[in-house]
Amino acid sequence: MGEVCVITSGKGGVGKTTTTANLGASLAALGKSVVLIDADIGLRNLDVVMGLENRIVYHLVDVVEGYCRLAQALIKDKRFENLCLLPAAQTKDKTAVSPEQMRGLCKELAQDFDFVLVDSPAGIEQGFRNAISGANQAIIVATPEVSSVRDADRIIGLLEAEDMRPPRLIVNRLKPAMVKRGDMMDIDDILDILAVELLGVVPDDDSIVVSTNRGEPAVLSASSRAGQAYRDIARRVLGEEVAFMDLDARPGIFGRLRRLFAAGDR
Amino acid sequence: MLELLQRIFGRESTGGQSKDVAKERLRMVLIHDRASVTPEVWEALKVDLIRVITQYLDIDERAMEVDLQNEKDAYALVASIPVLRVKRNLGALPGGEAAKG
Repeated sequence: MGEVCVITSGKGGVGKTTTTANLGASLAALGKSVVLIDADIGLRNLDVVMGLENRIVYHLVDVVEGYCRLAQALIKDKRFENLCLLPAAQTKDKTAVSPEQMRGLCKELAQDFDFVLVDSPAGIEQGFRNAISGANQAIIVATPEVSSVRDADRIIGLLEAEDMRPPRLIVNRLKPAMVKRGDMMDIDDILDILAVELLGVVPDDDSIVVSTNRGEPAVLSASSRAGQAYRDIARRVLGEEVAFMDLDARPGIFGRLRRLFAAGDR
Repeated sequence: MLELLQRIFGRESTGGQSKDVAKERLRMVLIHDRASVTPEVWEALKVDLIRVITQYLDIDERAMEVDLQNEKDAYALVASIPVLRVKRNLGALPGGEAAKG
């Protein structure tokens, strides 16, 4: 039986879909078989982030309503053959699926895949309820902002009532320079408030926008720092101990100049 | 050089570290959020309070009110508990004995 992991946040726009795509691609690159479920019915996005939007024939609601077999709706990734996507319906709404149906779907997929990653919609309504219903673990995504951390706290409270392992946290879009000058909450501040296990820290990185433009997960780019953070997260999900990356490592303009001069001396 | 400029223009001008403001505001808002989303916990708190208080006082349990109140920069647990009667021989009660011993 594979793991069923829901990626959720409460607040919208904090990077759930990006996290799902990158974690999925990283796990696939590490040799695991992975299926991504876009549970955001009516507002599907995981397909475009993965660059698979032109291959959709059937979707999640088609499967649940019996219009097609589950295997027919699964889209194979272009880059990894052990990675699949079950897209959301774009024309239905959240009530088209029930928690029982999602549970059944996740159970079926967990028999064939090592990991089932469920990309949850924002909010705490039925779409969220559906997304968590089949999961045995949860990853919370939050950015270092008051509104996001508050919503994450609410979600953690709601997940406590569920039968799953304690949720783990990914802090997304951290800006080391702002943290350094005391204008952004740091990891310790956030952990102090939420009291959950930290799974990873993803620095704010323009390469995420570029990779989303192209429909190529950032983990495929060796130079992307966010991509590196997601690759580390994937290894932690597999139980490896991976040190948290040094977010101050990137040299500032003076560091870069110094490096340039040093290179010129040689 | 850059650091010198930062020292002259930067840091101080923002009026303290805004992350501390963020953290404090979060702490306050979460007290309220967490208290208001768990009515079971409030019920349990009430039951425990009643259990302790009735060792000493007869109270009107139905009229009892327990609430979190926001007072400027702090939250206070405010309980309004109508007392019907004070028990005789308070010193002979289990809690009183423990306090004496």
